Amino acid sequence: MSERKATIASRVGLHARPASIFAAAVGELPIEVTIGLEADPVEDAMDASSILSLMSLGAANGDVVVLRAEGEGADEALEALVKILETDLDAE
Amino acid sequence: MQNFSGVGVSPGRIIGSVRQMPKPVSEPPVGERMSSSTTADEATASLRAASKVVQAELQGRAAAATGASKAVLEATALMAADPMLIKAAVKLIATGTSAERAIWESGASVAEMLHNLGGYMADRATDVLDVRARIVAELRGVPAPGIPQSTEPFILVAEDLAPADTATLDPAKVLALVTSGGGPQSHTAIIARALGLPAVVAAPGVDELVDGTEVYVDGAAGTVSVNPGADEQALVAAWLLAAETLAVFDGTGSTADGHLVPLLANVGGAVDAVKAAELGAQGVGLLRTEFCFLERDTEPTIDEQVVAYRGVFDAFPGKKVVVRTLDAGADKPLPFLTDTTEPNPSLGVRGYRTDLTTPGVLKRQLTAIATAATDSPAEVWVMAPMIATVDEAADFAAMCRVAGLKIPGVMVEVPSAALLADRILGEVDFVSLGTNDLTQYTMAADRQLGTLAALNSPWQPAVLHLIKLTVAGSIAQGKNKPVGVCGEAAADPVLAVVLVGLGVATLSMTARSLSAVGAVLKSVTLDEAKRLAELALSARNADEARSRVRVELPILEKLGL
Repeated sequence: MSERKATIASRVGLHARPASIFAAAVGELPIEVTIGLEADPVEDAMDASSILSLMSLGAANGDVVVLRAEGEGADEALEALVKILETDLDAE
Repeated sequence: MQNFSGVGVSPGRIIGSVRQMPKPVSEPPVGERMSSSTTADEATASLRAASKVVQAELQGRAAAATGASKAVLEATALMAADPMLIKAAVKLIATGTSAERAIWESGASVAEMLHNLGGYMADRATDVLDVRARIVAELRGVPAPGIPQSTEPFILVAEDLAPADTATLDPAKVLALVTSGGGPQSHTAIIARALGLPAVVAAPGVDELVDGTEVYVDGAAGTVSVNPGADEQALVAAWLLAAETLAVFDGTGSTADGHLVPLLANVGGAVDAVKAAELGAQGVGLLRTEFCFLERDTEPTIDEQVVAYRGVFDAFPGKKVVVRTLDAGADKPLPFLTDTTEPNPSLGVRGYRTDLTTPGVLKRQLTAIATAATDSPAEVWVMAPMIATVDEAADFAAMCRVAGLKIPGVMVEVPSAALLADRILGEVDFVSLGTNDLTQYTMAADRQLGTLAALNSPWQPAVLHLIKLTVAGSIAQGKNKPVGVCGEAAADPVLAVVLVGLGVATLSMTARSLSAVGAVLKSVTLDEAKRLAELALSARNADEARSRVRVELPILEKLGL
């Protein structure tokens, strides 16, 4: 199990356009990735490829989330996803 | 040649091919099971396939869109195949539920979850419901709901259009509107005039027209003809010539003898207001504030409202802007104000009455209007919709004073307000006649019902008498307080002459109608307008009133109106 923490950089939090971009990126990976708030138990983690899950997570700007994945290439994949979350996508 | 006859509600003549608006997707019955010949795996596979088709279609539209609508479409496309949405449906399919019912229920629970999160998420709940309807349509093999997508411009044929359809109606693609239902004051008519599209409503039989059929539409005469020929082509050419002279309004409404009648615009927000100012509007006679927030699930904050209103005020420096407080209810429900389970919403808690059931919203809105008006270059007036009694008018005026708004008024839409206009004007500084609702309440005829279109005409002599009575009330009150009209009646250049003859001081309409109303008004003197008003008042019925006045206005023929 690989695990990475990321701080949400988007000013509006993880919804709207940032959530679309992130969910689409996860959807292209060959592995399953979960996302949860840092404070939440592991079993509450949700499917990171679901835009609806991301929206219901309600992660705001500055919140820390935990990404988890298993399998080949999990570490590299999570690194790439952390970069997306730590970029202010609204500013682009 | 096959012909259909309806009510012309927005002038213009055009030839084009028909596209039917698909019927709304109906709810799959509660407890619907998959057919015995289908396995759960097959049903799951067809659901996944349908969701992918919907996703691809929405992605295609997102690619063609720009700005805010592109972002919304991209997010909506992702929702179509979202694991959360699909997984919940697949679980239901495993218990034997049909794929249609499964996605319907799954969509409902996701929408409810978003709704409960509030704010931005709550606004996305409608996107989930839209996706759900599209997937069900795909599973059933019927066209997706909403205005059809087409690369070629077309004539849109529908039963009727809803306010929400305005957002997705692309005026570059839609040449004209034809509906089998609706009346002269239905939303289709309002949308058509706002976009300057020729439109015919209440034309029975047009829903049988096959997609691709070539038709001629005359939005003044109210006719639709199949297989148009050389005659129709000539009529279209003549209209195009007349339309050029109708394209410009010089910015001063007056009769031939110089009696000034300011021509104002009805607007739904800043974008409309800027366009209206460009078209020469002498101010805003009706800012429909509910249109700023029609897609909203929750009450807009004061700050959001200030931004929305100021955008309108800024477009009219030194001019009058009449703000109407939220007119929610009946055909324009706002989830934070209206109870949609009322058995008779037109006679229910709507307009000013929502202050009884949801106190606070109106007070906050008045605060927002007053804030936006501070340091604004526009002269801001405020009025309340659906006022029925003198007490309501007095209460509203008091609320305006508390908020610091100087010029309070009320709408006259309920016959009781027209009857007591003198006393109501003792409490407020102006009244504005909302002829759409005044007509439906005077004639006791639902304005959305095509079958009652004849009753639902502002030309009904009884309605004209109530307008006359309202003006008489102002005269009796003695302080020369203005009586305006901001209903669809003011956008009809023929009726506009009658209204001026009845003593109406200002006319407010969709900005596209300014030039036609201005041109016809300039062709008569005030005395002639008064004489024509008498002809209409004494007519036996609406048709006679209209035709009596039409024959006295030779300019109509010249302009193709």
